[in-house]
Amino acid sequence: MESTTSNGGRTFSRRWVLGAGATTVLTAGLSACGSSGGTGSGGGGTITAFVYGDDAVKVQVKAVSRFNASAAAKKAKGKVKIEKVPGAEYPAKLRTAMGSPNAPDVFFNWGGGSIKAYKDADQLVDLTDTITSDPVLKDGFLPAVLAAGGLSGHNYGIPMRGMQPVILFYNKTLFAEHKLTPPTTWAQLLDINAKLKKAKITPFALGGADIWPELMWLEYLVDRIGGPKVFDRIKNGDASGWGDPAVLKAAETVKQLIDDGAFGKGYSSVAYTNGGAPAVFAKGKAAMHLMGSWEYSTQLGKFPDFAKKDLGWCAFPSFDGGAGDIRNVVGNPTNYWSINARTSNKDAALAFLRDCASEQYAKDLIANGDIPATANAEKLLDASPNPEFAKFQYEMVQQAPAFTLSWDQAVDPNVSTPMLTEINKLFVGKSSPSQFVSALKGLK
Amino acid sequence: MSTTAVKGGSRTGAGRPPGGSPVRAGRPHAAWALPGVLFFAFFAIAPMALAFYLSFTKWNGLGDPQPVGLANWQKLLSDDRLTQSLTVTVLLTVVSWAFQTVVSLLLGVWAAGRQKNRAILSAIFFVPFLLSSTAISLLFYALLDPNFGIIRGDTLGSTNGAFLAIVFVGGWQFIPFHTLIYQGGARQIPEVLYQAAAIDGAGRLRQFFSITLPQLRNTAATSSVLMVVGSLTYFETVLILTQGGPGTDTAILPYLMYEAGFKSYDFGYASAIASFLVVVATALSLLMVKLSGFGAMRSTREGM
Repeated sequence: MESTTSNGGRTFSRRWVLGAGATTVLTAGLSACGSSGGTGSGGGGTITAFVYGDDAVKVQVKAVSRFNASAAAKKAKGKVKIEKVPGAEYPAKLRTAMGSPNAPDVFFNWGGGSIKAYKDADQLVDLTDTITSDPVLKDGFLPAVLAAGGLSGHNYGIPMRGMQPVILFYNKTLFAEHKLTPPTTWAQLLDINAKLKKAKITPFALGGADIWPELMWLEYLVDRIGGPKVFDRIKNGDASGWGDPAVLKAAETVKQLIDDGAFGKGYSSVAYTNGGAPAVFAKGKAAMHLMGSWEYSTQLGKFPDFAKKDLGWCAFPSFDGGAGDIRNVVGNPTNYWSINARTSNKDAALAFLRDCASEQYAKDLIANGDIPATANAEKLLDASPNPEFAKFQYEMVQQAPAFTLSWDQAVDPNVSTPMLTEINKLFVGKSSPSQFVSALKGLK
Repeated sequence: MSTTAVKGGSRTGAGRPPGGSPVRAGRPHAAWALPGVLFFAFFAIAPMALAFYLSFTKWNGLGDPQPVGLANWQKLLSDDRLTQSLTVTVLLTVVSWAFQTVVSLLLGVWAAGRQKNRAILSAIFFVPFLLSSTAISLLFYALLDPNFGIIRGDTLGSTNGAFLAIVFVGGWQFIPFHTLIYQGGARQIPEVLYQAAAIDGAGRLRQFFSITLPQLRNTAATSSVLMVVGSLTYFETVLILTQGGPGTDTAILPYLMYEAGFKSYDFGYASAIASFLVVVATALSLLMVKLSGFGAMRSTREGM
């Protein structure tokens, strides 16, 4: 600035420019203070709901229009306005909105660590008492799923989407061609890997560019080797829990798989989100894919023939000598609605959340290919686009002795970001298993 | 040189446009700058001041920022990732500068010719600059897919591959712009210099090194400042192509800032990185202006 103005005949004095700048800053600051005061006008009125705007959002849109026309809405003198926040930036946008005067009244979240900051800032309505006193909510959902959305024994969320356990998917046709059966033990898995590699097929598709598909491997391995207690300890804030031998063993196992070529070459340039990894799997270049249950609907959308004819699924195999039950599940139990403590119409928000336990809501989810975490879901599953897969998934979660929430959702974002970076470094060979463990122990 | 003096001197006296008024009354009143100053204050100075304030606080985006004194700045100084990030940023800046300068200098000088085919081709060359960097990055991301792309290797998964991909994609986008600058610069060089050189028996190469390059000195300084400051703020390319990976090998400063702010929600630390970036970028461009003599604005035709 200085150089352009000082060249001419008349210069703007430095003081003048600074003065003008300071005035504007001051004005901006004052106006910001003025607008941050008034939130919520108490009792009645429309409430806003923030939701992750992907394909499945149509279920929530339907629920909103159903609710707005219902007697419950009239009683609470409120309507719900749904705001679809598109894409992967949802957490960042929610965070910005929650810190601003335009915070949503009800918002979609992943439970656990994803809402911890809001709880600490007293921005959440504690739903524990509401749930225990309301049979519709109390008996409406699978208890394990309801609990997984809470924090230290308190409930802050109502399940509102399908269950998302991580499942080992495999290509039935390829397996039949090479006379293979889905693995139930780690030794079988290694045997299958060897046979597939001989046939020049990559054993596993992996979208390493996204990192969270890599995380799934560690989640299951740590569970199978050391049991669900290992991560429970970490989740509760004990960073030394990363020093558990099971974590090191899991990291070493991952390293062996990589060195063994189980994920092929170039997996860290492949993403799941842009369709790369699903395509590798669907085109038969890879025979298996460890992925969340949404893989089924992804494949159904992109490669319908593959999804209908070739797609098989099974539980993650047990680890020889490991402490974890093969029935244990990792993944996202589901997504939740939580209520902002500063909502202008809590009655309407609660009434809206009750709708998630309704049969119609469950039916809508099922028609969309999702498996609701509601107690009434089991008898409705025949209406699913693929009843066989739906029942497998429902039983998997229902019978699971432990459901470990995805690590990146279970811990606070300021831990999960460096954790994902360390996991990525392990998978690209930038750190050894022992370096990996010591780096994680340093996270707090 | 003496043969050209008469002609050159008569055309451009003191380096002012010939149509200007004779007296120094051309400058408007200071008030005319007010909209610009206000705009700059609102959208640049105010956020910068706020970020600087936030760098002394701990804030996760909710509630009120808690003052923590110099904690963020101390963390900044002792953070291994910052050191690595700074190294990567410097490396990226230097390599990008070298790549872009060489290519755009050659292309620009070539495009300065008045032939019709050159005019058409340079118009086509300019197209990448008109596209958004996000679109370009997405395009190259698809092209580099190891299974279905054009270049089927683990490009983005290896340190060198990812780094070079960022350099290339950035270059692909910004070379057209710098080509344009060099083209303009090259066209400003008086034809008589070449004619004189030709009479003295200088060949094409000698003319390039002895006339074109020295005459483009100021052009190169402008273009270099833009390139260096530009590379310090590369962001979309890194976000889309590598997300700072593999590991943290391409996490340049702006990406580190984004990660601290919008992934870890540590806005205090992110603001400290941002303030640091402002200081570095300002210091670097001032230094370059000083060293290149660009600030003195001497005419390249002095003595002609």
